[in-house]
Amino acid sequence: MYRLDPDTGKQKFFAKDGTKSVISAIISILIGMVVGTLIIIIVGVTKEGMSISSIWDGIRLVFLGIFSTGREAGELSFGFNPVNMGNMLFRATPLIMTGLSVAVAFRTGLFNIGAPGQYLMGTTATLYVALTVPSETIPAWLIWILAFVCGIIAGALWGCIPGILKAYLNINEVITCIMTNWIAANLVSWFFDVRENLKNYDEGGKVGYVRPTSHNNIETFDFGLDKLFPDSQVNGGIIIAIIIAVIMYIIMTKTTFGYQLKACGSNRHAAKYAGINDKLNIIYSMAIAGALSAAGASLYYLSGNTEFFWSTYQALPAEGFNGIPVALLASNNPIGVIFTGCFMSMLNISGLQLKTLTPYNEYITDIIIASIVYLSAFAMLIKMLIENRQKKKDEKVRAVKEGGDK
Amino acid sequence: MVFLIQQTMLYAIPLMIVALAGIFAERSGVINLALEGIMIIGAFIGALFVRIIQENMVFTQDQGQLLMVLAMVVSAIFGALFSLLLSFSAINLKADQTIGGTALNMLAPAIVLFMINLISQQNVLGMATGDASSWFMIKPSTFGLERDHDFGFIGNLLINKVYLSTYICIAIFVVLSIILYKTKFGLRLRSCGENPQAADSLGINVYKMRYAGVTISGALAGIGGFTYALTTANCASTGEVAGYGFLALAVMIFGNWTPLNVALGGILFGLFKCIAATYSSLDINGDGVYMLAELGISPYVYRLLPYLITLIVLAFTSKKSRVPKAEGIPYDKGQR
Repeated sequence: MYRLDPDTGKQKFFAKDGTKSVISAIISILIGMVVGTLIIIIVGVTKEGMSISSIWDGIRLVFLGIFSTGREAGELSFGFNPVNMGNMLFRATPLIMTGLSVAVAFRTGLFNIGAPGQYLMGTTATLYVALTVPSETIPAWLIWILAFVCGIIAGALWGCIPGILKAYLNINEVITCIMTNWIAANLVSWFFDVRENLKNYDEGGKVGYVRPTSHNNIETFDFGLDKLFPDSQVNGGIIIAIIIAVIMYIIMTKTTFGYQLKACGSNRHAAKYAGINDKLNIIYSMAIAGALSAAGASLYYLSGNTEFFWSTYQALPAEGFNGIPVALLASNNPIGVIFTGCFMSMLNISGLQLKTLTPYNEYITDIIIASIVYLSAFAMLIKMLIENRQKKKDEKVRAVKEGGDK
Repeated sequence: MVFLIQQTMLYAIPLMIVALAGIFAERSGVINLALEGIMIIGAFIGALFVRIIQENMVFTQDQGQLLMVLAMVVSAIFGALFSLLLSFSAINLKADQTIGGTALNMLAPAIVLFMINLISQQNVLGMATGDASSWFMIKPSTFGLERDHDFGFIGNLLINKVYLSTYICIAIFVVLSIILYKTKFGLRLRSCGENPQAADSLGINVYKMRYAGVTISGALAGIGGFTYALTTANCASTGEVAGYGFLALAVMIFGNWTPLNVALGGILFGLFKCIAATYSSLDINGDGVYMLAELGISPYVYRLLPYLITLIVLAFTSKKSRVPKAEGIPYDKGQR
């Protein structure tokens, strides 16, 4: 729909595709939040021992959890909380990267539900390099880069597997991604289970954890963010993630390569007819997706203050799956992913606040996220509704004008 | 040997019934990626139902079989209700079915864990009293016989230490397979997955048929989820079914969307799942030697084997697979 403003000759603000995407995303978010609020009210009313004030607390925390500063004299207090803010940015880092991973694959018509497996592979390669290369002989910054690159390569190779199976054997990538996820989970547990020197034996109560990379003096540079948000986990990882997102935006929109990827996504056969190697592009797309997921894992675990739970063969990392809502909410736009990634981690923080400050638990935010994914499945419908409203409005305006002419 | 066959059936039955659930949805033209989520809901509702009934002491332990059947019915109903969310977005709103299914897969564990945490303040919801084998398992004492009564090989295989749910599921599987292939309803349902435009032109209501397909699918997946929780997780719900729904989808593709092949595939994957779970205590020929444990292979190898074999099998069978033609494409009357 290219409806132009009669006065300026430019496209109308509300007719732009981007605007519609943003509006439908906001509507999805609002409905998701309302669902969460309703559940809080229903549970509060039906469960014994919950008063009106705990319902009110729950609702406020769902919406404003990021500004929560704890309880003062029994009352919730709100304000600027640098710890929450910094942690939000820190947790957003892997979400932005897995979101980018899912978004890039989506642009090529592939549903990358394999982000958890790629994330695990990236984690393993990164941690192995960061913990075994001696920092006494090689400068720490060089090891950091080496570990980051190795993680990316591991993720890219792992992402290739569903890509190759899709390109050459036409097997549905959703099934192969799920299978590779579970294979990765078992391989990773196996890998760390037999490497005693990587396990954290220094601290009691850390059974099943790998040493943090600070053990080998490797920590992500802070870029001064630690001054801005004291006492939080934030570091330069978020800045690297934003830079990667911008690079992905440029690749997808401004280069021939990006155009070829998108062409394969729109119509594989037409792309092939136009001389694009569709099989190779599908594999490239999955490799890039894998690399991005793995980069998220690298940035998360290279921070120095995070510990990886290696006995993970029964569970897949949530960061991988949460890349899906991040990408969907952003309409697969790499720049949009930065904001939706932050939004998701904000919900995450709200969930933790709910758990510590009220009788509710953190899973309410998972329900909200799932509702948002469900709603974004018919984002098209919301867009259509907006368009219809505009059409009606236009007709009214036209009718009024024509009436005036007479 | 008896132990191996019985254990394999325990793992194979949920796979078969959930793969059949996938067949019903996809044959009517809707990709049901939400099988995993529906199983989680089914397992939770079944476990919750058993717990509530036990807490209120409606049934005694002797009436365990009745309680189990009722729990299966309840989880089927809730599975069907939950699947309506998918039908609504896929059929009425013509949304992307993969995303809709993924949303349900995320929604189910979130709701279940939220509820479990509210009810029991931890991440597991188990039975209120006793355990699954003492309440629901068919044993010699069920027939009023001695504890170590010997039924003979066939008897031991079929009625000693088994769950009634196994036979109920096999019966459902057979009946629904016949319905899908030998009745007017089944033919109509399948036609909606192949060529809905032609079906509509002959007066078949495509939307109704697809709703029927997905709802049957939801009920079956709910039963499958509860059966899984009952037989392999001691009738407890933990908000996950270890990727079983997705494994069932793979079995369905492997079985080429036909019930007979799916049953065979289910048994094959059940065997691998069974080996992964019991390899350390598996005594195949009864000579007291735990062969698989003595091979010294890492347990992780056995655990990843079912998934790896799925990948390999899919790679070899993909050329021959016959996907329902209209699968995943929302039906639009205007395109007729």
